Amino acid sequence: MSEARLISLTVNGETRETLVEPRRLLSDVLREDFALTGTHVGCEHGVCGACTVLIDEKPARACLTYAIQMEGHEITTIEAVSDAGLSPLQRALHEEHGLQCGFCTPGIVMTFEAFLRDTPDPGEEEVRDVLSGNLCRCTGYQNIVSAVMKAAAEMREAAGD
Amino acid sequence: MKPASFDYHRPQTIEAALDLLARYGEAAKPIAGGQSLGPMLNMRLARPEHLVDLNDLVELDYVRETDTELEIGALTRHHRVANAVEVGRSHPLLASAASTIGHYPIRQRGTLGGSLVHADPAAQLPLIAVLGNAKIIVRGQSGTREIEAGDFFKSVMTVDLRYGEMVIAVRFPKLLPGTGWAFDMFSRRRGDFAIVAVAATLRLGDEGHQPVIEMALGGVDAVPLRLDLGDWFENRDITAAGWTREAAAHVAATISPEDNKMVPADFRREIADMLCENVLTAAIARARGETP
Repeated sequence: MSEARLISLTVNGETRETLVEPRRLLSDVLREDFALTGTHVGCEHGVCGACTVLIDEKPARACLTYAIQMEGHEITTIEAVSDAGLSPLQRALHEEHGLQCGFCTPGIVMTFEAFLRDTPDPGEEEVRDVLSGNLCRCTGYQNIVSAVMKAAAEMREAAGD
Repeated sequence: MKPASFDYHRPQTIEAALDLLARYGEAAKPIAGGQSLGPMLNMRLARPEHLVDLNDLVELDYVRETDTELEIGALTRHHRVANAVEVGRSHPLLASAASTIGHYPIRQRGTLGGSLVHADPAAQLPLIAVLGNAKIIVRGQSGTREIEAGDFFKSVMTVDLRYGEMVIAVRFPKLLPGTGWAFDMFSRRRGDFAIVAVAATLRLGDEGHQPVIEMALGGVDAVPLRLDLGDWFENRDITAAGWTREAAAHVAATISPEDNKMVPADFRREIADMLCENVLTAAIARARGETP
């Protein structure tokens, strides 16, 4: 049972093949098979948010997803976000000092890239609620909230131009 | 935090899924959003030999309204339950409760059917299903069963589901016009499991008629606890000052939650008392057309 199978995944717009046992976590396949180490691994049971990636443009825990489930879906990881320099959200995190060690940051960026696309004009309460799904042990969250609010405002302005 | 080995199946039709579940019986586990089962697999609390992935059964991802009911497919994600116009219109209590499940990314994946079948005693959706007498639609190879939510939940993480069956939809009776409603929960961290969750619906009743109050609590028993407070409410003016305090104290005295080191029974009772008062106050306000 559970023999390794050759699967084909679409990651950041590229199709890649790998041989996986069905139990391999998407987070492990991204990091170990595809060398996309921007997706970090923290708790491996869905709590910390470090491994958050986008599945068909919606944020999801890569540690609660088995790679084999992802055939036919589009995975987006942090590596795709800054293709053309820092995204407005990444820039705001930098400017507002929204990170120190940076371990949680890829998960936060992936969560809020998706959230801000859905919710361009969020209230601070809403941002705090969404941020509750990403644990950060350095910043105390205040600067992350400021950064998200700042990025949202900048993105709205850019969209209005 | 790596799961034990399993074989993986990805049926393309409900019939194929039922066939797999029947064939492998207790060796199989269906997976939908995987937001509760995933951690259990990763921690090896669950070790199924066969994982049957239901995510391609997109025909089970829907929200439909009839005159009296809101029918939601089992594969509908919490985010959709929380935000669908139909749910907000005909069962705002369900929408409100769904919006508090886990975290934003968790709600993008977790499903209605999964939450009901997982049957955590403090979970939001089982509580709302029991409170509102929802019907759980279950299908197996021998046919379809329709189970009242109150009968579906048997014990902690145990439901009336046989090997080879799966939940395909849930029918929630719509809230009647003029119904006040509220949901509140207490957890130590945002997005964590509730220690206690409380939901209520309430109609004030016309002149000379008794008000109708339905109330249910999660986290105080093995399954969501629907309270029958009819006798107690009789001949009491629920709009009088201090009524919600009195009612909450009565509820807290009625329940007998489990006592353990992590959460002593007295603490759970105090939390239930506080939540009941909040919920009743908010439900009365809504029944009066006010914003709580």
